[in-house]
Amino acid sequence: MITLPEIKKSFFVSLWFMFLTFPIMVVRVNPIEKAVEWRWKNLLLVGVGSFLLSFVWRYLFKRKEAGKKKEEAGYDSGAKSFFHIILAEPKIYKPFLIGIAFFALAFPFIFSIYQTNIMTTALIYVMLGLGLNIVVGLAGLLDLGYVAFYAVGAYSYALLNYHFGLSFWLALPIGAALGAFFGILLGFPVLRLRGDYLAIVTLGFGEIIRIILENWNEFSFGPSGIANIPRPGFLGIEFSLQGATTFMYFLMIVLTLFTVFVVNRLQNSRIGRAWIALREDEIACQAMGIDKTKTKLTAFALGATWAGMVGVVFAAKTTFINPASFTVWESIIILCIVVLGGMGSVIGVVFGALILILLPEYLRAFSEYRMLIFGAVLIIMMVFRPGGVISSVRRTYRFEGLTGKRDKTGI
Amino acid sequence: MEYFVELFLGGLTRGSIYALIALGYTMVYGIIQLINFAHGEIYMIGAFTALIISSVLSLLGLNTIAIFVIASFVAVIYSSAYGFTVEKIAYKPLRHAPRLSALISAIGMSMFLYNYVLLAQTSDFLPFPNNIPEFKFMEPYSHIFSSTELVILTTTTVVMILLGLLIKCTRIGKAMRATAQDRDMAMLVGIDVNRVISVTFVVGSATAALGGVLIASHIGQINYFIGFIAGIKAFVAAVLGGIGSVPGAVLGSFVLGWTESFATGYVSSDYEDVFAFIFLVLILIFRPAGILGRSTAEKV
Repeated sequence: MITLPEIKKSFFVSLWFMFLTFPIMVVRVNPIEKAVEWRWKNLLLVGVGSFLLSFVWRYLFKRKEAGKKKEEAGYDSGAKSFFHIILAEPKIYKPFLIGIAFFALAFPFIFSIYQTNIMTTALIYVMLGLGLNIVVGLAGLLDLGYVAFYAVGAYSYALLNYHFGLSFWLALPIGAALGAFFGILLGFPVLRLRGDYLAIVTLGFGEIIRIILENWNEFSFGPSGIANIPRPGFLGIEFSLQGATTFMYFLMIVLTLFTVFVVNRLQNSRIGRAWIALREDEIACQAMGIDKTKTKLTAFALGATWAGMVGVVFAAKTTFINPASFTVWESIIILCIVVLGGMGSVIGVVFGALILILLPEYLRAFSEYRMLIFGAVLIIMMVFRPGGVISSVRRTYRFEGLTGKRDKTGI
Repeated sequence: MEYFVELFLGGLTRGSIYALIALGYTMVYGIIQLINFAHGEIYMIGAFTALIISSVLSLLGLNTIAIFVIASFVAVIYSSAYGFTVEKIAYKPLRHAPRLSALISAIGMSMFLYNYVLLAQTSDFLPFPNNIPEFKFMEPYSHIFSSTELVILTTTTVVMILLGLLIKCTRIGKAMRATAQDRDMAMLVGIDVNRVISVTFVVGSATAALGGVLIASHIGQINYFIGFIAGIKAFVAAVLGGIGSVPGAVLGSFVLGWTESFATGYVSSDYEDVFAFIFLVLILIFRPAGILGRSTAEKV
C-alpha cells in the first residue's frame, strides 16, 4: 500500500513542517529576563506528527477522489450514510427515540447537579445551533455576529429585571422579540451584500454590540456585568438550588423540543423552501418570483429570535452575565456546531452541538486544545465532508421506469 | 493646530500599516475571490517570529540595526512560508467548492493558527524591542512624529512602489492580472494558475509580516490576539477602497487610518473599533463596490 515515493513525499512534508514551526514551537523567549528556552522535544513531535498525518491526509484525499469518480460515472450514490439508513427505518429509530426520551427525563435524577448543568449548557447550544442553522444552513447567509442576538436576549432579561423587576416568563418573549428586532436591524443594511461582505459586516455588528456593552457603563454596567439575576420560578414556587437546576434542565428540554419542531416545520414550508432556493442560487431564486428582501429578512429575524430567547435562558441559568461571554469566538463555536453537524440538517445540528459541547467537558485534558481542534475540524470538514456528519437530505422526486410511479423521499 | 497635525500624522502611520496588511487581502481576493481570514494571523506570526529571532540575536550581542534587519528578513520568510502552506492545506482543495465552504475553511485556519501561537508561546503581552534607531535630524519634531513613524512611512511607500512594479512590469505580475480577470482563460493560454496563486499568497504574506514587525516596534508589545483585530481593520480598509484593487487598498487604508485617528482624538477612544465598523457599514450601504472599485453586474 505505502510506496517508497509516498514515504519520500511524507518525509519532505515533515521536514517542511519542522522548518515552519521551528521558531514558534521550539523557542520560547522571556524578554523580561532575557532568557531563551529551547524545546527540542516539540520539533521531534511536529516531525513525527506531520509525517504520519500526511499519510492520513493523502488517504482521505484518495477516498474523496474515488467517491467523486463514482458519482461522475453515473453510479447512484445510493450508499447512504449509516445515520440515514437508521433514520429511514421507523422500526429502528422509534425504540431509539423512546430510549433517548427516557434517558433525557431521568437524567437529572440519575446524575449530579453538575452533570445536569453541563447538559443544560449543551441544550442551550443545541438551540443556538438550530437558530443559526436557519440563517447559515438554510438561507446560506454566513452570519458571524450571531452571538450579538444572544447578548441582546441575555441583557434584555438582566436589565428589565434589574430596573423593573420583570419576571423570567415575561422576559422570554420580550427577549425573543428584541432578538428579532435586532435581526431585522442588522438585516436591512446587509441585504445587498454577498456572502463574504456579509460575513465581515455581521462580525463587525457583533463586535459593535460587545464593545458598546463593555464601554457604556451607565447602561450595561460595563465589564463588571450584572449579577444576581433571578432564576425562573414556576407558578410562584421558589426552588432550592437543586430544584432550580432540574427545573432549568426540563425547561431547556421543552424549549429544545419546541425549537426542533418549529425548525422542522419551517424547513418544509413555503418560506423554508424559499430559503433553500436563495442559498442555492440568488438570481434563479429571484427569477422564480421569490421576494429576496422578505426572504432574507425573515431568515435573519427568525434566526435571531431563537438567539434572543436562549439569551434570556442563559442569563437566568448563570445568574450573572458580562460582555466577556459574548465574544466573536462564541459565534464561531456555534458556526462550528452547524458546520460539523451538517448545514441545514436539524438532527445533524443537535448531534453536532452535543459532540462539541459535551466532549470538551468530559475530556478535561484536552480542553486547553479545544479551540485549536475546533479550527482544525472546520478545515477538515470543509475539505473532506462539506455536508457535515449527518448531511441534510435534499427533497427529491425520483421517476422509476415508464410506469410513472413517483417515489418521494426526504426527511 | 499642532494637535491636528499630530493626529494627521498618526493617521498616516496607522494607514500605512493597514495598507501593508490590506494589500495581502486585496491581492488574494482579486485572484481567487476569497477573504483570507487567516491573513491577520499570518501578520501576527510575522511579529512573533521577529520577536523570537531578535531576542535570540540580542543574546548573541549583535548591534540593534543588524538585529532589526535580520529579524525582519526572517519574519518575512517565515510568514511567506506560512502563507504558502495555508493556501495548500485550506484553500487549494476547495478551489471548486462553493464560496461559503472556502470561507468557513479560512475561519477555521485563522482559529487554528491563533490557538497554535497561544498554546506554543504565551497568552501574555510580550514587550517588543524597538530596534529602529532614533535619527538625529528628527529630534526637533520628535514630539509629533517619531523616527519609527518615519521608517514605517518610508518602508510602506517603497513596498507599494515595488509591488506596483511587480504587478505592472513583470511576467508574473502579468500572469496575476490575467488570472484575476479570468482564471479558466488564463489556464488556456498556458499560465500555471496554481503557481500564480501561490506567489500571490507569498507576496501578500511577506508584506503583512513587514507590517507586523513595523507596528510591533512602534507599539512596543505584542500578543497572540493582535492578528484578529488588525486583520479585520485591514479588511475594512481593503473593502473601503474596493476589494481586489491594489491602489484602492492603499487609499482605503489611509482613509481608515485618518478616520480612526481623528475620531479617537476628537470624540472618544473607547469606541475606536466601533468607528471602523460603522464606517464599513456606511460605505457598504452607499457604495458597495468601495471607493475605487467598479461594481460589476452578476452574470448568469
